[in-house]
Amino acid sequence: MRSFAALYAALDETTRTSEKVAAMRAYLAAAPPEDAAWAVYFLIGRKPRQAVGARKLRTWVSEAAGVSEWLFEECHEAVGDIAETAALLLPPPSRTTEQPLHRWVHDRLLPLAGKDEAAQRADLRAAWDELDRNERLVFHKLITGAFRVGVSQRLVIAALAELGELAPATVAHRLMGDWQPSAAQFRGLVAAESDQPSASRPYPFLLAHALEGEPAELGPRDAWQAEWKYDGIRAQVVRRGGQLFVWSRGEELIGERFPELAAAAGRLAEGTVLDGELLPWKDGELLPFAELQRRIGRKNLSRTILAEVPVTFLAFDALEAGGRDLRERPLAERRPILEQLLAPLAGEVLRVSPVVTAATWQELAALRQDSRARGVEGLMLKRRAAPYGVGRVRGDWWKWKLDPLVVDAVLVYAQSGSGRRASLFTDYTFAVWQDGALVPFCKAYSGLTDAELTEVDRFVRAHTLERFGPVRSVTPELVFEIGFEGIARSRRHKSGVAVRFPRILRWRRDKQPVDADHIDALEALLGA
Amino acid sequence: MRDPLVELTERGLYCRAGDFYIDPWQPVDRAVVTHAHSDHAIGECAHYLTAAPGRDLLAMRVGDGAAIQPLAYGEAIVHHGVGVSLHPAGHILGSAQVRLEHHGEVWVVSGDYKLSPDPTCAAFEAVRCHCFISESTFGLPIFRWAPPAATMHDVAAWWRANQQSGRTSLLLCYALGKAQRLLAGLDPEIGPIYVHGAVERCNAVYRAGGVRLPAAPPVLEAARSAEFERALILAPPSAQGTPWTRRFKRPVRGFASGWMQIRGTRRRKVVDRGFVLSDHADWPELLAAIAGTGAERVLVTHGYAQALARHLCERGLDAQPLATRFVGEAGGEEVLPAPEPTDASDPPEDEPAEDELSDMSEPPASEETAP
Ligand SMILES: [Zn+2]
Repeated sequence: MRSFAALYAALDETTRTSEKVAAMRAYLAAAPPEDAAWAVYFLIGRKPRQAVGARKLRTWVSEAAGVSEWLFEECHEAVGDIAETAALLLPPPSRTTEQPLHRWVHDRLLPLAGKDEAAQRADLRAAWDELDRNERLVFHKLITGAFRVGVSQRLVIAALAELGELAPATVAHRLMGDWQPSAAQFRGLVAAESDQPSASRPYPFLLAHALEGEPAELGPRDAWQAEWKYDGIRAQVVRRGGQLFVWSRGEELIGERFPELAAAAGRLAEGTVLDGELLPWKDGELLPFAELQRRIGRKNLSRTILAEVPVTFLAFDALEAGGRDLRERPLAERRPILEQLLAPLAGEVLRVSPVVTAATWQELAALRQDSRARGVEGLMLKRRAAPYGVGRVRGDWWKWKLDPLVVDAVLVYAQSGSGRRASLFTDYTFAVWQDGALVPFCKAYSGLTDAELTEVDRFVRAHTLERFGPVRSVTPELVFEIGFEGIARSRRHKSGVAVRFPRILRWRRDKQPVDADHIDALEALLGA
Repeated sequence: MRDPLVELTERGLYCRAGDFYIDPWQPVDRAVVTHAHSDHAIGECAHYLTAAPGRDLLAMRVGDGAAIQPLAYGEAIVHHGVGVSLHPAGHILGSAQVRLEHHGEVWVVSGDYKLSPDPTCAAFEAVRCHCFISESTFGLPIFRWAPPAATMHDVAAWWRANQQSGRTSLLLCYALGKAQRLLAGLDPEIGPIYVHGAVERCNAVYRAGGVRLPAAPPVLEAARSAEFERALILAPPSAQGTPWTRRFKRPVRGFASGWMQIRGTRRRKVVDRGFVLSDHADWPELLAAIAGTGAERVLVTHGYAQALARHLCERGLDAQPLATRFVGEAGGEEVLPAPEPTDASDPPEDEPAEDELSDMSEPPASEETAP
């Protein structure tokens, strides 16, 4: 636990990626493989389920530290992070421990969730008495399910690749799918010879970049395959060992939530892996994304919801066929294989993403203008000669989206952020005018520079009207230009609309709140 | 009921019976100044009274021509019937608590103070009183300092590690007080130490006052061939991101402040390493100092005044926050994360023209210090 906490502190302290990779590599090389396995598990963002809620932690820490709960709250506000506040407030431990990370996880952390409150409280007190500040911070993050550290999966993969002298793509692939941390698993992760891959393991998703310039700059039109950019859930369908696995990009197995897909894809040939998009699709027509969200939001998939919002899997790539990895083959070769694979099966549930035909870039640009009417976000451009790369390879896949929808809105609520921004107010709610009042219509977290964030933070503190727990209402003074990708009617929102991917485009310092948009502007966009 | 011996006015803390101010924030006729940090020492007062060891630092702050009356620690004078004496506050060289006595009633104004050891100034002295006016810069129980020797050890280890990788250690810290404390606590055998001009000006006053500091020439006086790769550089936070720092190739930046206790503030400084080292009392020190005065009434100034006062009330004291304009260890935001200059077009020869000491006067943006 000690050395893992030291690694956490080192990763937290440096902003240089080379130092982060070096620190992880050094830890993974020195740690027992069982510890290294759990470290990788946590570092790539997998977490044990929450064992102790923030509420309980606050109460028990206040008790142990001898501070009133209001004082805990004051401290929390100054620190911005509950796990850190708790670590700082507790009295120093009376002992130290040399227990390795995996023992901590197995003996202390994992059993905690299943215990009753009295036992949890006793366990926490015992733990606090042997953990120092750094260790407590990590411990609190793990038990509250809030463990996060400033490294991307790419950096963890880089450290593992260096350690095992492997290609990053190999490590990335081994990290996919369903695995439990163990000494054997870690050895397999960095072993030179590839072990038998588990049947369920998906491939790392290839991600597209947003196209910033003109498509003509990409070269000749016929070097590129164009497809519609659908707004759904990216998914990989894996058919191996007589089983079917559906993976989301967040590496969750989501097959159970889409029984119609399981039924249809079960007929795929053994050794097939497809990449595509899950879409709400009824009677041959695409439904708005909000419908899919409604379906996902349901705990029980009732007959009604299945009938109201059926899904289709729109396959756009074949990564494996006949048990052979196709990723090194160019798209121009993979595409006909995809079409052959699906030809006998295509129906309502399984479809091939159609290729958009247009002889010239100009023709294609004209088609793109119809995107909103089609319910898509724009076009995807894929280099026909490119293999299926790993992760965010630049230059082979481009998202050529329509310009975002835009309104000017007023900042009305603020809440502190998380991670690096834990003690800054960075999460905002924006409102537009309706009948002379400001009605909130979206939240946005990103889009400002660090300097602007600091300035808005200062504004929030100086102009707080009311506090509602962590949220503050502020004097409506600041106007921002908010962009979003889509808009739909919503009964759950006060404003009557729900927007997709809202973000701050810029701070309109030149505008007063009265200059902000009216709800009519949003209503008008509904039809756009 | 008698008038309070010290009251809060537009111009600052005022003793009506003696007709003088303590650390006023506007020019006044008579000012008793606890120490030379800019939020406590303002220029253009007609007359100053300050502790003798801090006289020259105050002169540096308010100008050589000012009328400054030095008073030895513990020595009392009587002004308009109010007995005034100054007692070590342990904050920086010459820092003092102000003890006032009138008709048998004793008040003490703490100024800024700390209890942890500091070889560059006289140690804090507990003074019994009826009413104690205490600072509360770090008045929350999350603030608990490690022993300073342990922090110095960490700084030394960091410096050595940077030497190993051939990179300059650029340690940002207040020019007055913190820099001298670091100098006095570090082993000069590790390697050369250089300082920013603002630090050098304070060092000179400390040395003249008899405080032993290791050799630490200003960077501008260093030979062109100086081995900055092995060196530790002490500079005020305002130097970060200025052309002045460009002479160091890929420096590793550290920051020494009590605010480094919180990860969020450290990350916003965009430094590589934070060292928790403060010239203000932490939570246990504040409680110990307050208890040590025996005061039944406590007025709490700058910092987490509301929280500390409320906590003291829960412990049975008569405590209230007092809205002064002191800022303490300007924390969170006084140095905005300045982007590292990417082009070297500006000549790196000149230091910024503005007064480098100004970095001590910037108010923190956190609302806790707002009146
Ligand atoms: Zn001070």
